[in-house]
Amino acid sequence: MIDGSQVLVTAGIVLAFALNGAVIFTILDVKGASWMQRRPGPLHVGLRGFIFPLAEIIKFFQKEDITPTNVDSAVFKWAPAYVLASVFGLFVVVPISPTLVGSDLDLGVFYLLAISSLSTLGVLTAGWSSANKYSLMGGIRAAGQLIAYELPLILAVVGVVIQAETMSLVGIVEKQIEFGLPFVLSGQGIAFLIFMVAATAEMMRVPFDMPIGESELVSGFLTEYSGVRFLIFYIAEYMNMFILCAVASTLFLGGYHVPLLPTEWVNFYGPVVLLTKTVLLGFILVLVRWSFPRFREDQLQNLAWKVLIPLSLLNILITSIMKVVF
Amino acid sequence: MDDILNSGTSPYISEASVSVEIETEDMTLNIGPQHPSTHGVLRLVAKVDGEKISSVEPVLGYMHRGYEKLAEVRTYPQITTLVNRIDWVSGFANEIPFIAATEKLMEIEAPERAKHIRLILTEMARIASHFVFNGAYALEIGALTPIFLAMEDRERILDLIESVTGGRFHPNFNRIGGIKPAAGSGPTTKKNIQDLPAGFYQDTRDAMEKVLEAVERMENLVGGNEVFKVRTKGVGIISKELAEEYGVSGPILRASGVKFDLRSQTDFLPYDKFDYEIPVGENGDCYDRWYVRLMEMKESAKIILQAIDSMPSGPLQTKVPKVIKVPKGQSYVRTENPKGEMGYYVISEGGLGPYRLKVRTPSFSNISILPVLLEGQLLPDLIAIMGSLDFVLGDVDR
Amino acid sequence: MKTFRPKLPGFLTGMKILLFNMFKTLSPLSPNPNVNYPFEKEIVAPRARGVIALDQEACTSCMLCARQCPDWCIYIEGHKELQPPAKPGGRQRSRAVLDRFDIDYALCMYCGICVEVCPFDALFWTPEYEYSEYNMGDMLHDKNRLDQWLNTVPEVEGLES
Repeated sequence: MIDGSQVLVTAGIVLAFALNGAVIFTILDVKGASWMQRRPGPLHVGLRGFIFPLAEIIKFFQKEDITPTNVDSAVFKWAPAYVLASVFGLFVVVPISPTLVGSDLDLGVFYLLAISSLSTLGVLTAGWSSANKYSLMGGIRAAGQLIAYELPLILAVVGVVIQAETMSLVGIVEKQIEFGLPFVLSGQGIAFLIFMVAATAEMMRVPFDMPIGESELVSGFLTEYSGVRFLIFYIAEYMNMFILCAVASTLFLGGYHVPLLPTEWVNFYGPVVLLTKTVLLGFILVLVRWSFPRFREDQLQNLAWKVLIPLSLLNILITSIMKVVF
Repeated sequence: MDDILNSGTSPYISEASVSVEIETEDMTLNIGPQHPSTHGVLRLVAKVDGEKISSVEPVLGYMHRGYEKLAEVRTYPQITTLVNRIDWVSGFANEIPFIAATEKLMEIEAPERAKHIRLILTEMARIASHFVFNGAYALEIGALTPIFLAMEDRERILDLIESVTGGRFHPNFNRIGGIKPAAGSGPTTKKNIQDLPAGFYQDTRDAMEKVLEAVERMENLVGGNEVFKVRTKGVGIISKELAEEYGVSGPILRASGVKFDLRSQTDFLPYDKFDYEIPVGENGDCYDRWYVRLMEMKESAKIILQAIDSMPSGPLQTKVPKVIKVPKGQSYVRTENPKGEMGYYVISEGGLGPYRLKVRTPSFSNISILPVLLEGQLLPDLIAIMGSLDFVLGDVDR
Repeated sequence: MKTFRPKLPGFLTGMKILLFNMFKTLSPLSPNPNVNYPFEKEIVAPRARGVIALDQEACTSCMLCARQCPDWCIYIEGHKELQPPAKPGGRQRSRAVLDRFDIDYALCMYCGICVEVCPFDALFWTPEYEYSEYNMGDMLHDKNRLDQWLNTVPEVEGLES
């Protein structure tokens, strides 16, 4: 029996988590980048510059709403909301402790992968509906890239599902507790790497940020967006980064569990542990972003179809053999 | 791994892979004057079929400032100040050929100390220009950090140039017959000699050490990265014959395998006293052009260190009259600008200023190869190739 | 041309360099290469060409600087004043007095030709650089303002041996 007020409260808490996650990852990305480039970064906003995401949000809200004349108006205006909605949906199933989860679906992993592939449509329509040749090229590149990298993402997770014998995320973490070792060390190391590479491509970050060409197609499919619409894309990107890192740490690194801590207090230390693991993975992604150039579009497709998919199929094969034998 | 990533990217994709039932038109994409990667206001009208380029037409002239007309109404010292704004990234290297052409007409020679100081400042300008190239090229390929590191290292060189000449980008330090001797012509300012300031030798030695460290760091950070190699190796190959046919010069020519450096053929700068190598590439692709410029920075640092240790003493300028009138005649002098070969053709009718000045700039000839080279390439490769040619619009349009 | 072989795979070397850069920036021991303008000012070389200062007494309105300027940005007007003769019964001397000496810094190219050709030590370079204005007309410095810049002319520094 669905209780309306409980649904609203859960949705509100999930929303708060999502926004905080996006803010933490914005700070990690921008401040980390500045320190790597030997400069202090945003400094004068307040608290040595660490509340600059708030300033950015206020800045975007007070900008003029520019809609070019020839765009397909309804599609142009709703594409950002579409991308945001598909990212929000991912936050519901990730557990921060065995009992604190939005809704522990039995098909947790399946639901995750299905919802995350909805954002492709939002990106493609954003690029096509802006009446701009550069946006069109960015949107088409994005469509090809996102579809190509869905498959390694899914296949890498299939190996984990085989080893854990369940699709619910809480069940997967419980299985890792039972094993004693997180899945990355007990047979799914390659799947972890494949998942991280495919996740970076799904988020369209460097080295896979061809759709947002930056030096060729000045912002790709985002070129015509400004003001609040751009803010929605921006927040959706960082939320996506947060949730994919959180999913990776749940599936591969053990989620909210850390050995040697008493399990009665797991409701308190569970969120902290999950956040730490997510931030560590995010830091590695930030380091990769600022040190790599970007792939060319056809090299990107070659990497997905000729390298990652065979590797992940091999991983599934090996995992199933090990599961049957042992 | 390289061949897996690059398979299927042969620029001459066979016709069978393109659908023959649907009539498609090529899209005209205007890589317009305002673009993050065109090094200025270059406009390319590209006809694009999906991602493959079928033809490119450069449209120039957005930055024409009329140097050759300006030079007709100005005197020789005034033109010296204007001329270092042609290739604004390497300031000092633009003045040298003009002054050399004028000195050739007047048949005077600069003293030894002046020649050494000119050489040091030219090599510093070369290092500064190549730092900009290294940072900006990585930015166009997609790596967002090396430009910050390159600019930080470049500041030291610019501070050194400022401590000697007073200006960072536009030194205006050359005079006919030598370099600037004194701060003014009055009785007190004449005693204020503009020679090398105290502490210059030690600062330069420190700066050159940091340059060598920076070259190594850039090699590891950018050149060793697999993605960078896959993006630039085998892309935009300029063969020896194509390079010689189109008149490209400078590091592009050397990366295609031709060992031709004008520094060994100049007589007004004492390059023959120093011991340096000329880096030459093998394939002529974008990676070789990037690598040749990186190695040239190292060689320039070595030359500067040798020049500091063997600096002769003496006057800074030969005796020239107060009002300089150059005798009738014509002369053409060319030198090795960081971007290529730069030449000045001065025709003088015996007045205070030249009758006609013609500037042969390296970037104008270098980008004439673009329509030939870019046919059949992919759009990201266009950015990579254009960046590796290292042109500046001030050079192209004058 | 030799090709180099890094010890780690290339991209890991790059990531290591950036990680060490980050620790260098965060540690209080290494010097900060950034100048936090406008709270800290950059110290420029004494020979830097910032602004030109004028010594009014020394100027004789010979117009050499105005003629040699490539941009023609110096505007000079003067008149001659008669002065009593040096010894009684001699000829009356005349002295040039400046009415107007303006340099338009919106046009000035900072080339230094005017300072170099002045035969009477009237113009000097100073490394001051903070004189931007909101109004383009205020970039024309008249002779009183140019006189004030004289306080900032640095001492003649020593030369390399």
